[in-house]
Amino acid sequence: MKRILACVFALLVMIGSSAAYAVLPDEIMSDPAKELRARNLSRELRCMVCQNESIDDSAAPLARDLRLLVRERIAAGDSDAQVLDFLVARYGEFVLLKPRLEPRTLLLWLLSPLALAGGGLVLWIQNRRRSRSAAGQDNSTAKLTAEEEARLKKLITEPSLPDRSV
Amino acid sequence: MIAEAGHYALVLALGLALIQSTVPILGARWGDAALMNVARSTALAQLVFTLASFLALITLHVTSDFSVVNVFENSHSMKPLIYKITGVWGNHEGSMLLWVSILALFGGLVAAFGNNLPLSLRAHVLAVQAWVASAFYLFILMTSNPFLRIINPPLEGRDLNPVLQDPGLAVHPPMLYLGYVGFSISFSFAIAALLEGRIDAAWARWVRPWTLLAWIFLTLGIAMGSYWAYYELGWGGWWFWDPVENASLMPWLAGTALLHSAVVMEKRNALKVWTILLSILTFSLSLLGTFLVRSGVLTSVHAFASDPKRGVFILLILCIFIGGSLTLYAWRASALKQGGLFAPISREGALVLNNLFLTTACATVFVGTLYPLALEVTTGQKISVGAPFFNLTFAPLFVPLMLAVPFGPLLAWKRGDLLGAAQRLFAAGVAALVAIAVLWAWTWGGSTLAPLAIGLAVFVVAGALSDLAERTGLFRVPFGTAVRRARGLPRSSWGTVFAHAGVGIALMGIVCETTWNSEYIGSMKTNDVAHVAGYALKFDGLTQRQGPNFQEVAAQFEVSLDGKWLSTMKPSKRSFTTRGSTITEAALLTRGASQLYISLGDIAADGTIAVRIYHKPMVLLIWFGPVLMAFGGMLSLSDRRLRVGAPKPARVPRSLQPAE
Repeated sequence: MKRILACVFALLVMIGSSAAYAVLPDEIMSDPAKELRARNLSRELRCMVCQNESIDDSAAPLARDLRLLVRERIAAGDSDAQVLDFLVARYGEFVLLKPRLEPRTLLLWLLSPLALAGGGLVLWIQNRRRSRSAAGQDNSTAKLTAEEEARLKKLITEPSLPDRSV
Repeated sequence: MIAEAGHYALVLALGLALIQSTVPILGARWGDAALMNVARSTALAQLVFTLASFLALITLHVTSDFSVVNVFENSHSMKPLIYKITGVWGNHEGSMLLWVSILALFGGLVAAFGNNLPLSLRAHVLAVQAWVASAFYLFILMTSNPFLRIINPPLEGRDLNPVLQDPGLAVHPPMLYLGYVGFSISFSFAIAALLEGRIDAAWARWVRPWTLLAWIFLTLGIAMGSYWAYYELGWGGWWFWDPVENASLMPWLAGTALLHSAVVMEKRNALKVWTILLSILTFSLSLLGTFLVRSGVLTSVHAFASDPKRGVFILLILCIFIGGSLTLYAWRASALKQGGLFAPISREGALVLNNLFLTTACATVFVGTLYPLALEVTTGQKISVGAPFFNLTFAPLFVPLMLAVPFGPLLAWKRGDLLGAAQRLFAAGVAALVAIAVLWAWTWGGSTLAPLAIGLAVFVVAGALSDLAERTGLFRVPFGTAVRRARGLPRSSWGTVFAHAGVGIALMGIVCETTWNSEYIGSMKTNDVAHVAGYALKFDGLTQRQGPNFQEVAAQFEVSLDGKWLSTMKPSKRSFTTRGSTITEAALLTRGASQLYISLGDIAADGTIAVRIYHKPMVLLIWFGPVLMAFGGMLSLSDRRLRVGAPKPARVPRSLQPAE
């Protein structure tokens, strides 16, 4: 079950990731496997002078510097986590487009599952309460106002109204 | 003169809106029909004056009257006529004027076509509509007046941002605003219901067409904007999880939920309180979107205006309307009686599930968009929340939702038969499995998970078709009978089929584009050939061209497949002299639903070009899906049931009424 969940997760990450490149020809690493790693890492890193663009998308000079830096670290033999750590140590958490799970980002990460679970719980409780008072009274008959009475009468007396649309 | 007239018309519209926001309410209190009817005439007059004001601004732009600040800053005498017109809403002041014009338009529509509404309901609705309008007229007049003059008029304008000089600007903002502002109607209906303390199934019947109309426009507006970004920004991305995009996605998600809960309310008289809340939330999110985009609180790709004074004003509007309406809701909602019992496994249950997932998805986008702002304001710490976060949190919510979509329409109201629905979806399930198996075999060794996602998309599409087959009795009854039944099906059932199929189609496009796209990044000299996904693209050289207000360098590519010539593609770079900026115009070649995409990078002195070429398989499905959804919405909108007060019976009494 856990593996299936992991698969589903991985699938979704993949579906969502958009392909957009500002990588220049001279940056590309000779080893395709390393280049792919550099690409994937670039998508997680923010171009700090741009608005909400990853360094993979951005054409800004800073983004190019960061792309080259990422490739330099990869060429030096760093693992993906080490590259990210290096960049965070240098530029702060702001560089990560996906914030790490920390006390201050707890709400950010947990709101979605909590909302789903909370909403589900409320529905379940409501359903139980409703089925308990299932015999419940009929409350669908509200009284008509004078205006509605008049309109109803009109509708009954002239059966074929012209087709009027709203 | 025209500028002053436009300004004055706007002031008059404000005056009318102030009358409209008070007199009809008093009329409803005192039971005075004459006072209540004031709402109708003021709404229509307001529409006339706002349109006059808007037309005045268009005239100023078309005639290039640079003595008006707004025209000077955003126009140029050499600009093509279409961009002179669309440039009106390509800036802050003008786009706010478009906003209120559309608001006035919707108010006018309710006034003109709402003859069948109970008088007091119409009075309340139009009054609430006028509250919103007054706030935004004040905002424009006090902080963003588009009719300000310059004492010493310059001879030439500063031109419009080149990125915006595109046909996309003619369609995208008006569509989006029609969507955003259209939700004000369901908001006004909700507030009116709370004020009156009465709500019934008929209320849902009135609200649904308006919500549907707004939703159709918003769907098309978002899709249009996404396609525009795709071809204009030059890197082939179509969704960036940019806060401005999120600002439009949130009302869409809430609006989609509202559309579905309104169905339950209309058909089964249940979920009343929830529908009211969703109406309020949807329009609140539209207001929030306006705030985010217009205040400059996030300076992003889209942002072309910022001024703290404006930000504070809109924030105030936001607080008053959202705070006020939620307080009213908390106070009055308990007075509204809940009705309509149903079992968890039922059509209602499925729609509740839909609402649960859509609102959670909406909450996810909300927290992701606003958390960095909130954190920075409260603690001064800066974090980034971007695409990787949203992909990880948003997408998982859509898998269970998509799995459930085909089941919904097959379940009966009140108490459904899950096993029966599953049996009827057997063929759809088989289709999905076949798709997965075929794709797996075909892309052996490639992505293992993309075929699963495609399978899910096939399941949604096939599920929608199964629903249709089930309703018409296709394959069970003679073909002629099935066709006759299909013709007799309510249009809203057809609408459901198309809209749900659209969701699946869009998913197919998304998965194909992200998984199997191929790219070529390189430098090319004349006569070099690039190979992408079987296509050969030969670079033929550069040509220069003079546009109306720009200079263009175009590269010519000859595209061939298996040695056979297909077409010529001409990506280009345009330099706009007035603003001194350069933009890339990508070249697109459509093959079926797939596209070849060429975008130019730097051009060296010796004629070597940096170029990016993408092959994007099935990419057009990403936008075809939403178009199908919107088409489904239109079909549903044309259903005669939704045209309130159309009690004309069907001409021929049918013995075989399809179940709904």
